[in-house]
Amino acid sequence: MTITPSIKRDFLAKLAENGKRADGRKFDDYRDIEIETNVISKAEGSARVKIGSTQVIAGIKMDIGEPYPDTPEEGVMTTAAELIPLASPDFESGPPREDAIELARVVDRGIRESKVIEVEKLCIEPGEKIWLVFIDIHIIDFDGNLFDAASLAALAALMTSTVPAERFELGDNYPLPLRTPPISCTSVKYNGAIVIDPALDEEEIAEARLTVATDENGDIRAMQKGLNGSFTVDEVKKVIKASIDNGKKLRENLYKSVGK
Amino acid sequence: MKSDIKLFENGKRLDGRKPDELRNIKIEAGVLHRAEGSCYLEWGGNKVIAAVYGPREAIPRHTQNPLRAIVNAKYNMAAFSVEDRKRPGPDRRSREISKVISEALEKIILVEKFPRASIDVNIEVLDAEAGTRCAGLTAAAVALADAGIPMKDIPVSCAAGKIENQVVLDLGKEEDNYGDADLPVAISPRTGEILLLQMDGHLTQQEFDQALDMAIKGCHTVSEIQKKAIMEKYQSATEVE
Repeated sequence: MTITPSIKRDFLAKLAENGKRADGRKFDDYRDIEIETNVISKAEGSARVKIGSTQVIAGIKMDIGEPYPDTPEEGVMTTAAELIPLASPDFESGPPREDAIELARVVDRGIRESKVIEVEKLCIEPGEKIWLVFIDIHIIDFDGNLFDAASLAALAALMTSTVPAERFELGDNYPLPLRTPPISCTSVKYNGAIVIDPALDEEEIAEARLTVATDENGDIRAMQKGLNGSFTVDEVKKVIKASIDNGKKLRENLYKSVGK
Repeated sequence: MKSDIKLFENGKRLDGRKPDELRNIKIEAGVLHRAEGSCYLEWGGNKVIAAVYGPREAIPRHTQNPLRAIVNAKYNMAAFSVEDRKRPGPDRRSREISKVISEALEKIILVEKFPRASIDVNIEVLDAEAGTRCAGLTAAAVALADAGIPMKDIPVSCAAGKIENQVVLDLGKEEDNYGDADLPVAISPRTGEILLLQMDGHLTQQEFDQALDMAIKGCHTVSEIQKKAIMEKYQSATEVE
């Protein structure tokens, strides 16, 4: 772990007291986002997402497998995230550690619980054969806010995915059946200030983190609080409001990039 | 398994290349914000990113060498980079490739300057289509230069092989799967020293000579593209100022 010098901590805290952030953003300003799809030719669908200097690539692979006994007519999805040592001097190679597993699980939950993938349409033979959907997320460059970058990349990759039926001699390829997804927005709190889309420096000194996923109607679909600090009820409401506002912009960006 | 497709016919290869023609190569230096040096490289259907960290204290301590730095190259393939999803994490193949690339780079880096340090080179294959180790080493070399690691030269890699009794440069996907031999080579272009050499398949002595010669010529062509990429990065940096 990097030890953030207390000078930096004081600097960011002082800026926050004056309503400012180190990169000149306002508390509720999101960094610039770039979404590029179909970047990997071997994948069924793929996307590269940049939030500021953070860069993430997600790729979808599909295969045929057996369904779980309790859902014999549904496809199966799995999500894995790799914090590869390419992305940060603090990431090590080897089996995924706690932070990579939390990241994969939060992204997975956002997609699974809001039923973005229409798994009931991914059955080939009930009880025998179904489609497996693998979502693999690679962190390429780490400058904070992996939760939002990873979910956005996973969604963009899913939305551009083709079910490779021809490869398995099951008829024509067709687009992966999807419902409209919720969009995640993450905020952190330090020194009493709440900022959206934390950069790495801000994340390192953050006391508490809150990720809120909202849908097209502005309803809340998933939340995850992290770190050992706390929020007041009013602060949570403020974070939700900011997540809905920024979620709209992220959604527009996402739809535009996948051609919807 | 031998396929029925003709890999070489009428002086042309499956993808229309001449025997001594490379696939398209695109190199960009300094693509990542966090790494000390980085490189994005496209070579035919291969897409590779390399990032360099260090020199920094080698951890765990017992890996430190009191006389020089260790070079720690890690070759990793993304799960979505191949036709059938690859299980994440290192396997025997990627460990071997990491080792031969580390050794090739160690010869060129001025490791004596950094006792007890490690220089970490991470190579990530995002999209794979034959020749990923050559693409990886070539990208790693540019990332090292971008990181300002002192080196005697900028190493470069390229493969030659044999298809339908014809020696050819830079095997493509089908040529790699159904061809008769593959000979990846890495050199130091300034001195011509060979840093990496592997072969599988079947070559006569004469064919080997021809293939090695062709691979080395290929290396020199790729070397020019590497240098251009590095120059371009610093060119644009001075323009900004």
